[in-house]
Amino acid sequence: MGKTISEKILSAHSGTDAVAGEIVIAELDYMMAQDGTAPLAIRSFEGMDAEGVARPERVALCIDHSAPSPLRSVSQLHAVMRDFASLHGVELNDVGEGVCHQVMLDKAHVVPGSLVIGADSHTCTYGAVNAFATGVGSTDMAAGMLSGSLWFRVPETLKITVKGKLREGVYAKDMALMMVGDITADGATYMALEIGGEAIDGLGLDGRLTISNLAVEMGAKVGLMEADAKTLDFFKGRTSARFEPVTSDPGAEYADEMEFDVTSLEPQVACPHTVDNVKALDEVAGTPVAEGLIGTCTNGRLEDLRAAAAVLRGRKVAPGVRLIVAPASREVMLRALREGLIEVFIDAGGSVMPPGCASCVGTHQGIPGDGENVISTANRNFRGRMGNPEAFIYLASPATVAASCVDGKIADPRRYIV
Amino acid sequence: MITFGKAHKFGDDINTDYIISGRHKFKTLDMDELACHVMEDLDPGFYERCRKGDFIVAGKNFGCGSSREQAPLALKAAGIAGVLAQSFARIYFRNSINNGLLALVCDTTGIENGDELEIDAGAGNIKDVTGGLEISSSPLTGVMLDILTEGGLVEYMKKHGRLTLASGGD
Ligand code: SF4
Repeated sequence: MGKTISEKILSAHSGTDAVAGEIVIAELDYMMAQDGTAPLAIRSFEGMDAEGVARPERVALCIDHSAPSPLRSVSQLHAVMRDFASLHGVELNDVGEGVCHQVMLDKAHVVPGSLVIGADSHTCTYGAVNAFATGVGSTDMAAGMLSGSLWFRVPETLKITVKGKLREGVYAKDMALMMVGDITADGATYMALEIGGEAIDGLGLDGRLTISNLAVEMGAKVGLMEADAKTLDFFKGRTSARFEPVTSDPGAEYADEMEFDVTSLEPQVACPHTVDNVKALDEVAGTPVAEGLIGTCTNGRLEDLRAAAAVLRGRKVAPGVRLIVAPASREVMLRALREGLIEVFIDAGGSVMPPGCASCVGTHQGIPGDGENVISTANRNFRGRMGNPEAFIYLASPATVAASCVDGKIADPRRYIV
Repeated sequence: MITFGKAHKFGDDINTDYIISGRHKFKTLDMDELACHVMEDLDPGFYERCRKGDFIVAGKNFGCGSSREQAPLALKAAGIAGVLAQSFARIYFRNSINNGLLALVCDTTGIENGDELEIDAGAGNIKDVTGGLEISSSPLTGVMLDILTEGGLVEYMKKHGRLTLASGGD
């Protein structure tokens, strides 16, 4: 019988012949926790009376959600992480390294065919580079650090084929929002996605990561894609580790198959207060905005910053609007700096944050005011997500956010670039 | 073990940001402090109304969103004995079991806010005393049941040192 990518990776890591629905205990290639989850993972780890971390070279801790620390209490939690890292010899990515998921990619801690957990729900992002990667909680992270393995239910797979080619001014984010709108917030619960087709092939790696990032917003465990020349190219020079990309077999069994066509797709916007409340931009154009956020693990990569800069070059953010730009990692920020993109953002009147999560989850760097609308490139728009339950969050592509900041209201980016 | 408690009814897609907002959870590991803010963005005053042993009753996809384990921990600290939902988001479900907080999948449509519930978690039997309903749920099996029985994953790992599929369940 043919196997899905998930079945193959989980079989290889558990030494079994696993099929969907079974529970396996599988060996982990890498584990990650961030400053919102690591302190609790450390406490759980200590509660387990562990002698030490089983494979310290497979563990990374990242300080990105509140970085640099905005509060004394947070600083104390960061200190707990630093102490743990030095005591156990695990990697610590301190303030300024960037959003945990981008750091994991930049440093090639995740490679095609690998099995990775992260104590952060958007760990599903690495599916775009052909890794079975999924979010877990802090105690799971602790058990992983202690023993090097974890239990998994082998997921059923939803196969998604995306046909067509995106038009100018329409991006991977629009494609991803279209899928979330259609599949809904729980349409793929417990399932793995296998996403492919010519529209995916046509995207760069940055765009593919955006799509896999939103897999969890459909309830999915991971958003898997096959590795191609672009994937291998990304890892060239980043790692000397040997890895083997995994493909699904011809006779693999899928729980369901879906097809999308993006040929005539328009820019999309996810409206308050759920990610699956997706509308064509047209329907909400003109809605006033007070703040724009360009960045996060969804859209803080180089292609995203380029798309936003293309709109903002030579233009100014409307009076009364705050534009916040947060590159996803130190590497991304340096490249954006060398390309002159950071200058464009500053010239336009934006505020450039250090690499990290910025205001995505309401910890710091741009908490909106009561009644304000925010347009953001992030992945969640729940009430209170950015730190104020009285604010309204709209999600869109980096170009749409840029155009909306220029106009002071939700605007189609194509008026500035096409 | 049979437990009694009141139902606090919520809808579909209750995400972990609603259970405990990110603006609180990044600040502290003190669960008693977090407990005071449980569900407050959705239902201000929830914590004050909540009594020890009460249940949250929800629709589908309970616990979606962020992986924060503070969600089940803060519910537990607020006195909640368990959550009954039509379905759970997978990370929340893992976290709940890993912390020894009951999570039961069942048809919750007939349960009303404030109903008195009688729950036999081991057998998966739920009785809505107020509404006169008997509801069954799919009981946990295998490694998940082992973890819940040990009182959570910390206790489990302390005892066994590693995960095994060998004992109990199917
Ligand atoms: S950028 Fe936002 S979604 Fe991504 S890891 Fe940080 S807080 Fe989470």
